[in-house]
Amino acid sequence: MARTWQWFHRWGSPPHVFHAGRQWQLGFGVAGFALLMLGWVWGLAFAPVDYQQGNSYRIIFLHVPVAFLAQSLYMAMAAAGLVLLVWKMKIADLVIQATLPIGAVITFLALVTGAIWGKPTWGTYWVWDARLTSMLILLFLYLGGMALRPALPSDVAGRAVALLLVVGVINIPIIKYSVEWWNTLHQGATLKLTERPAMPASMWVPLVISILAMYCLAGFWVLQRLRTLLLLRESKAKWAREWVGEKYGL
Amino acid sequence: MNPARKQKLTLVLLGVFGVSVAIGLTLYALSNNINLFYPPEKVVAGEAPEGTTIRVGGMVVDDSVVRASDSLKVSFQVTDYAEKVTIKYEGILPDLFREGQGIVAEGQLQNGVLMADVVLAKHDEQYMPPEIAETLKNKPTDEVSTY
Repeated sequence: MARTWQWFHRWGSPPHVFHAGRQWQLGFGVAGFALLMLGWVWGLAFAPVDYQQGNSYRIIFLHVPVAFLAQSLYMAMAAAGLVLLVWKMKIADLVIQATLPIGAVITFLALVTGAIWGKPTWGTYWVWDARLTSMLILLFLYLGGMALRPALPSDVAGRAVALLLVVGVINIPIIKYSVEWWNTLHQGATLKLTERPAMPASMWVPLVISILAMYCLAGFWVLQRLRTLLLLRESKAKWAREWVGEKYGL
Repeated sequence: MNPARKQKLTLVLLGVFGVSVAIGLTLYALSNNINLFYPPEKVVAGEAPEGTTIRVGGMVVDDSVVRASDSLKVSFQVTDYAEKVTIKYEGILPDLFREGQGIVAEGQLQNGVLMADVVLAKHDEQYMPPEIAETLKNKPTDEVSTY
């Protein structure tokens, strides 16, 4: 237990996050790029066509990874929000700031790819069913989090954003179970943790690879923003000046 | 954990729990409006209102699709394996429309027949290559996930 806390506090220290984060960022970037190439070339060029949808189903290799990611990034941010509210770790606030716009872009991408897929398969870009609507609410939560910070005095803004995000977690199970609780146009889950996927391995293996790739790339992107924000906030600290001095000879 | 943090954590979690209960009850109360469509069973039972626009969803019954020879008029039945509802529509049907396929039609009920303005195809979570679909069709059971 003491070890866990030690780890927890080490990741609260800006220079540690900045320097160790650099290694992680590199790893995520390389792994994400390689996996994405593998997953997409396999999925888009070699996976078999679908018996009903033909080739149009192949947008699944983008739509499903970003839709998963939109929810996971939200959960990560909400966890950071809880850490900020309870433990008052300042870095959690930066994690939220770093993740918010990325999550918004990813959620927007999930909605847009879904609409593009919806037109040929369903016959419509948009329908107000529970899954699509709850995803739209997720986008609004991201945008709301982004808009709330500049609207409040800076001493409470971080905590207000964190509270909004933590309460908004309720939307996540609604998104997940919307297709089971209500009649929706959106189909149920294809990939389930407890069951065999409802597609052959020649389709789900490239899909899972694409999902992993997207998570790695998100890790890369979040760390990039987080490290930049850290440097900006701590620009007067010794470690930051040393790093900038070494890097740019200032 | 120090008591102040524990108290804060409890407070936040209680708040989240309270809001979840409130939203859960709201969604439960609204569940009729959140469902995208009525299943045929409810339409036949008279639970769907006549004269206002509603949606009805179900599987297209085999051999029920009748197309007019001189127009785009089409009539077919949908089922939820309990009851059937006849749907009439004029226009181009989505590519995925076929017998045995799930669809959602939007329109108005007239004497138990839905006069549809929009027909949307619903697809399920199954994806498979055409060859496997072909072999499955020739099998009597529908064990779709056996490969």
